[in-house]
Amino acid sequence: MARSSDSNGPVEPAEPQVDGTSDRTDERADPLRPSDHIDSVEQVDSDSGITQPKLGFVGYLRFFWRQLTSMRTALLLLMLLALAAVPGSLVPQTSSDPNGVVQYKTDHPQLYPILDKLGLFSTFTTPWFSAVYLLLFISLVGCIIPRVKHHLEALRSAPPKTPARLSRLAGFQTHQAPTVTGDTAPVSAEIAVATARQHLRRAGYRTRVYGDSVSAERGYLRETGNLVFHTALLGVLVTVGIGGGFGYTGQRVVVEGQTFSNVLGSYDSFNPGRFFSDSQLKPFNIAIDKFTVKYEDKIIDAIGTPTDYTTYVTTSQPGQASKKTTIKVNDPLSIGGSNVYLLGNGYAVDVTVRDGEGNIALKDTIPFLPQDSNLTSLGVIKVPDAKPTQLGMIGFFYPSATKLSSGALASNYPDDINPKLTLSVYAGDLGLDDGVPRSVYELDTVGLKPIAATGSNAVEKPLTLEPGQTVKLPNGLGSVQFNDVKRFVSLDIHHDPTQIYVLVFAILIVLGLLTGLFVPRRRVWVKAVQGDDGLRIEYAGLARGEDPTLERAVDDLAKKHLAALTPKTASDRRKVSS
Amino acid sequence: MTSAEFSTLCLYAAYSAIAIYVIAFIAFALDLAKRSGDAQIAATAALKAQSRQSALAGASASAGSTGSAGGTLLLERTDVTEPGETARRSSKFERIGISMMVLGLAVHIASVVFRGLAAGRVPWANMFEFGLTGTALIVGVFLLVNLVVDLRYLGAYVMGLNLILLGVAVVNFYVTVSPLVPALQSYWLVIHVFVACLGTAFFAIAGGLSAAQIIQERREASKNAGIKLFDTLPGAERLEDLAYRIALVGFVLWTFTLIAGAVWAEKAWGRYWGWDTKEVWTFIIWVIYAGYIHARATRGWRGARSSWLSLVGFAAVMFNFSIVNLFFKGLHAYSGL
Ligand code: HEM
Repeated sequence: MARSSDSNGPVEPAEPQVDGTSDRTDERADPLRPSDHIDSVEQVDSDSGITQPKLGFVGYLRFFWRQLTSMRTALLLLMLLALAAVPGSLVPQTSSDPNGVVQYKTDHPQLYPILDKLGLFSTFTTPWFSAVYLLLFISLVGCIIPRVKHHLEALRSAPPKTPARLSRLAGFQTHQAPTVTGDTAPVSAEIAVATARQHLRRAGYRTRVYGDSVSAERGYLRETGNLVFHTALLGVLVTVGIGGGFGYTGQRVVVEGQTFSNVLGSYDSFNPGRFFSDSQLKPFNIAIDKFTVKYEDKIIDAIGTPTDYTTYVTTSQPGQASKKTTIKVNDPLSIGGSNVYLLGNGYAVDVTVRDGEGNIALKDTIPFLPQDSNLTSLGVIKVPDAKPTQLGMIGFFYPSATKLSSGALASNYPDDINPKLTLSVYAGDLGLDDGVPRSVYELDTVGLKPIAATGSNAVEKPLTLEPGQTVKLPNGLGSVQFNDVKRFVSLDIHHDPTQIYVLVFAILIVLGLLTGLFVPRRRVWVKAVQGDDGLRIEYAGLARGEDPTLERAVDDLAKKHLAALTPKTASDRRKVSS
Repeated sequence: MTSAEFSTLCLYAAYSAIAIYVIAFIAFALDLAKRSGDAQIAATAALKAQSRQSALAGASASAGSTGSAGGTLLLERTDVTEPGETARRSSKFERIGISMMVLGLAVHIASVVFRGLAAGRVPWANMFEFGLTGTALIVGVFLLVNLVVDLRYLGAYVMGLNLILLGVAVVNFYVTVSPLVPALQSYWLVIHVFVACLGTAFFAIAGGLSAAQIIQERREASKNAGIKLFDTLPGAERLEDLAYRIALVGFVLWTFTLIAGAVWAEKAWGRYWGWDTKEVWTFIIWVIYAGYIHARATRGWRGARSSWLSLVGFAAVMFNFSIVNLFFKGLHAYSGL
């Protein structure tokens, strides 16, 4: 049996031998392929042999371009792309895991600088990674454009001429033409061909009658799908590349009871795109009414696993009534063209600090960052307004405090069942006035005087408080009141107007792929031949690309066609004559 | 029944499935041994069959002339049958293997269902569950593909692979039922992970065919040297075609997985693509298979060369499932271990 698909078998050469004109029509109807594609006719050294001697600048350009847009190059670049992406998974990436990079630096002090030089901590923006995918996409453009042009022409051209001999083609079969009713004479060639043409048309073929034969072709959608697929790939890259510049991302920690306003100043961190302008920040407010967490309490091994986070919010936009809604993981809030995601949460402690002069120097709710799965949390309280000296505190918050055998506190459950706050208090200049930005989550204790802390030179041990409790600071420096425990949420606000286009291209990728891979492209011929023993009808097909069902299709066609030509049964005849 | 009781049933069923698969594996292995013997005996017959084959091609042309006017048809589906596939009636061992496989799958599916009932959700949210469900899909897809085209000679490979994966899942990756963390509570878990497992199943079968293709091609090149049992398998070209078609289905599913994952990541993490380790590997696998598809259309890359790419792709799939899940850090930390 001849190999049915991919005409590198004995089928292809047969055509031009038989009919010199058919290969020209073929070229027009066939999808255009790079010269090293398996379907294109091998041109042994025809380029290099002739053009090499006078390969001028343009010649070199053309040669280079042909290399770049060849199948082999595309393949090589794809393999390189896969390979180049590997390091990005071996070491932490600054973009997705900045803390991991810092950790890596301390863990591998020797290796770090070398890897850093190579750009391995931001693999996907390095010149070498970019070079691979840019070359790939240039190659893709170079490949697509001529193919699109060619395909548009092919869509308008007629199916190629019927080969003189069908017998060497796939699924070939020949049958004696059925006889006409009540007669011994077979059907005429014209009728046989016309009927075949009708059948093929109905089956979605484009047809053309050549003499006593009909030539049919279908599956132009295959090449269309392939081109849509490759173009959509380009579309994704371009949209991601350019589109990223039109948006912004920002983060903000908000405590229950507080309100977030969408202005630049209220973000904790903000990453604008290249083309960002302030006007993209649409005015809206999100008031965090309440944040609830549910914990698993039935399955023994999983007790304490959070199973639900819900943020209850009230949103307001100018000119609109305020709305109550929720933000959950997997269920962001869409507002003012932006999406608001719930990406983190933790405890915030509500404290009042009075200074040595008896004035309230601070009343605030301060977020503490979770340190473990039972939400032992670490935070810093800075009191720059305290007199006579500024105060700074490093606090640990334990939502469900227990005493370890060592005497230290720990949290053994993430919910706030037995909340306790410990504070190490320092006095002195906090260094907030010198203009150097400092993290609100860090306190540099160098140069400060420990007044309630671990260590021998502190006046007292760290303070321990429960909600509602007030503790005096040593040396008459004031007091701390632990008012309440609240939850905070960490919101990510993203604005990306091009995201929807990326999705559209992604859907086109899938659709293009499906049609490009699974729509069979094939030619089918039906031919009436006058033989020694009367009229015979021949059927055959030719696959253009992967087509495992070609022979069955030819078979089906023959079956249906012959049945249509075969005399009707007696009852049918009566119906016709009446 | 309580969750714990369902969990116990799940494990009983999983171990039973393993036991049945062992029998299936042995049956398929015996079949391969028998194939070797048959091949030896049929060495001369094969030669005859070859000449008959070429006669058949001529006969099909003349078959029409003897056919009556009503259209006698060549009912034989010539595109599906090949020497190795029809020349040989299925052996007793092969039939036992397939029956055991079907039985094993039934028990295996029961195990998956019990786990789902125990957890009160779809059972594919940690390594044990991916393993349990994924291996059931491999067997299921293999049996389904066999309805269309005979791949029973891969039975031993599929059972061997399955025993390793399912065994490791049950013995090393087992975790008790746990609730879904909020990031996993999404219908995308149902779609994205299921389609990924399904794609993996197709890649696994394509990988087996590609491996067979490489051996077969070498044998054909050296004129029947090497392992005799390959006489009873389809030719290298046919194996390559089958591997390619099955890998294509896997590739489409994988493409969908990639996109569905991005859509989900946008919902859960606020960005659709962030080069998280698991995203990187999903991308790498996708690119390797895109390369494989191109290789098949590139002159000089047909045959064993492209088959190697298919194997590299499947190796990457396995790497992604095992090493990346267990040892690489990232947002997709759902191994449950
Ligand atoms: C971004 C890189 C690329 C990817 C991911 C990719 C992927 C694919 C896939 C999945 C297919 C099969 C799908 C279908 O037939 O619809 C395919 C086919 C094809 N690609 Fe690409 N491609 C890429 C770049 C290129 C380039 C640069 C060229 C030009 C040299 C090219 C030329 C082709 C051709 C000619 C086919 C048809 C193959 C056949 O006849 O079976 N591709 N590509």
